[in-house]
Amino acid sequence: MSAVPSRAGPRRFRQMSGQVGWGVVAWVVGIAFFLPVLWMVITAFKPESAAETWPPRFVFSPTLAEFRLVFAGWGPYVTHSVIATVGSTVLVLVLGVPAAYALSVHPVKRWRDGLFFFISTKMLPIVAAIGPLYVIALKAHLLDSIWVLIILYTAMNLPLAIWMIRSFMLEVPGELLEAARLDGAGRIREITEVIMPVVSPGLVSTALICVIFAWNELFLALNLTVTNAATMPMYLISSVPQEGLYIAHLSAAATIASVPVIAVGWIAQRSLVRGLSMGAIK
Amino acid sequence: MAVVEAGTAPQVEVRPRGASRRERWQRRLPLLPALIYIVVVTQIPFLVTLWYSFQNYFFDVPAPAHFTGFSNYTAAFTNTAFRGALLRSVEMTVIAVIVAMILGVAFAVLLDRKFIGRGVVRTLIITPFLVMPAAAALVWAGPMLDPNFGLLNYLLQPFGVHHVAWLSTHALGSVIVVMIWQWTPFMTLIVLAGLQSQPPDVLEAAKVDGAGALATFRELTLPHLRPYIELGILLGSIYLVNTFDQVRLMTNGGPGTTTTNLPFYLYQQVNYAFDVGGAAAAGVITVILTIIVATFALRMFARVFQFEEAGS
Repeated sequence: MSAVPSRAGPRRFRQMSGQVGWGVVAWVVGIAFFLPVLWMVITAFKPESAAETWPPRFVFSPTLAEFRLVFAGWGPYVTHSVIATVGSTVLVLVLGVPAAYALSVHPVKRWRDGLFFFISTKMLPIVAAIGPLYVIALKAHLLDSIWVLIILYTAMNLPLAIWMIRSFMLEVPGELLEAARLDGAGRIREITEVIMPVVSPGLVSTALICVIFAWNELFLALNLTVTNAATMPMYLISSVPQEGLYIAHLSAAATIASVPVIAVGWIAQRSLVRGLSMGAIK
Repeated sequence: MAVVEAGTAPQVEVRPRGASRRERWQRRLPLLPALIYIVVVTQIPFLVTLWYSFQNYFFDVPAPAHFTGFSNYTAAFTNTAFRGALLRSVEMTVIAVIVAMILGVAFAVLLDRKFIGRGVVRTLIITPFLVMPAAAALVWAGPMLDPNFGLLNYLLQPFGVHHVAWLSTHALGSVIVVMIWQWTPFMTLIVLAGLQSQPPDVLEAAKVDGAGALATFRELTLPHLRPYIELGILLGSIYLVNTFDQVRLMTNGGPGTTTTNLPFYLYQQVNYAFDVGGAAAAGVITVILTIIVATFALRMFARVFQFEEAGS
């Protein structure tokens, strides 16, 4: 953009065309990578008869019929997903904020061990305990209940959240804390009046990450719930029938199931990087 | 049964003060709810797993669980299906993480340049990570890879590909491709953050000294990216080793057991063989192996995070 034609010497021109060349490569790569998502959305607007043709059809009269079918059938599933996602995320924040505080602002003596204990639980494969988890849930009358998902999703996301929130709390300027202390503010006022205003954007990014992982989770839901707590990923499985045409219906269901997280991720791209690196990358 | 690693010297000493008994508890108190919660919810199931691994217990048999010594373990060690699943998990994770990282570095280098619509391309590239894994698996299995109407076969037609049934002939490859497709954006974002944190004056100086683009990348950029690449590989592995959705929904572990990884194997043991004891023994072996790997991983973690915080 900055190059004015009259001043463009051969070197300038080579540089500019190089830039355009890289831009073209990047666009091609980006579109190729996005293609499966695009194809999912396109197929969702097809009538079922146009979805399974050879060659694949790119021109067709779009219909909302499959979306209507999805909205007619997803009721219980989406309700369970929303409850499990919101419930576990709230619980993560309620437990995670004080814990992060105790590992950063006024740290306990062995804060480092605490931090590594939390993250080490993320490395234990939950799949290894799935049989016993099933038995425990059965005996505690939690099988096929939304509570089992809330409890486990909280445990799944809490270690990440603690690391993230701690990284935000470390950014609270020491002078602010000192000033509050000289003002005679106790621990509670320190948290509500000094720390919370600074870390609240960070809490939003933390919540986003928790929402993404809870909303997308399938393994635990599939093993521990049947109907009373079945979530959106399980709705997707139910949209694949034993026989008959289903590709357009499946695509519509997959689109609807993915849209919330895609929207959240697009809006919060910056927070995404920080959240996924558990606060390591600013 | 968690891995606690003391690590090296703390990166930042956070306001240490002499602490009285009361003060110590005041500090500890906010930590306790989360600590107790995590210990109860994540450690107890593993203790129960340890208990059941010594029991003979089948869901579909009315007889109560009873002690069988090490028979579940001998069964697991001699079971080729379990060993196969274990190795397949390693294979899938290693290939997916490495390829996703290579693509991630390439994409990040592309996105680090200025061009028209960079924000849009970045958004396009991160999207696969945001797609629900179950949705990604089903959309790849159907609209993308179907032998009769799949888009991939259509796009590959000019290259002499005709109605390939990818999920029967290249099942493992197909599953790994979807894993890579979903995790490359993650690697891209982390490496891109690394590239953008590189001080521009160093690169400028290298240019003035007449260093070529490739040499600069190898000598300056790659060493700078190292902790970011390590972090990406580490976090990617933690998630990818648990891959279940793609296996369950694309190939159901098949054909035969060619795509059965550990999560899917354990799922089958519990849901179809009703073998709680056997699955528990397999689980304990898995956890022990994980602890060995995680000990190294945590050491790496300590190093990476030390670097990060020292630099901020």
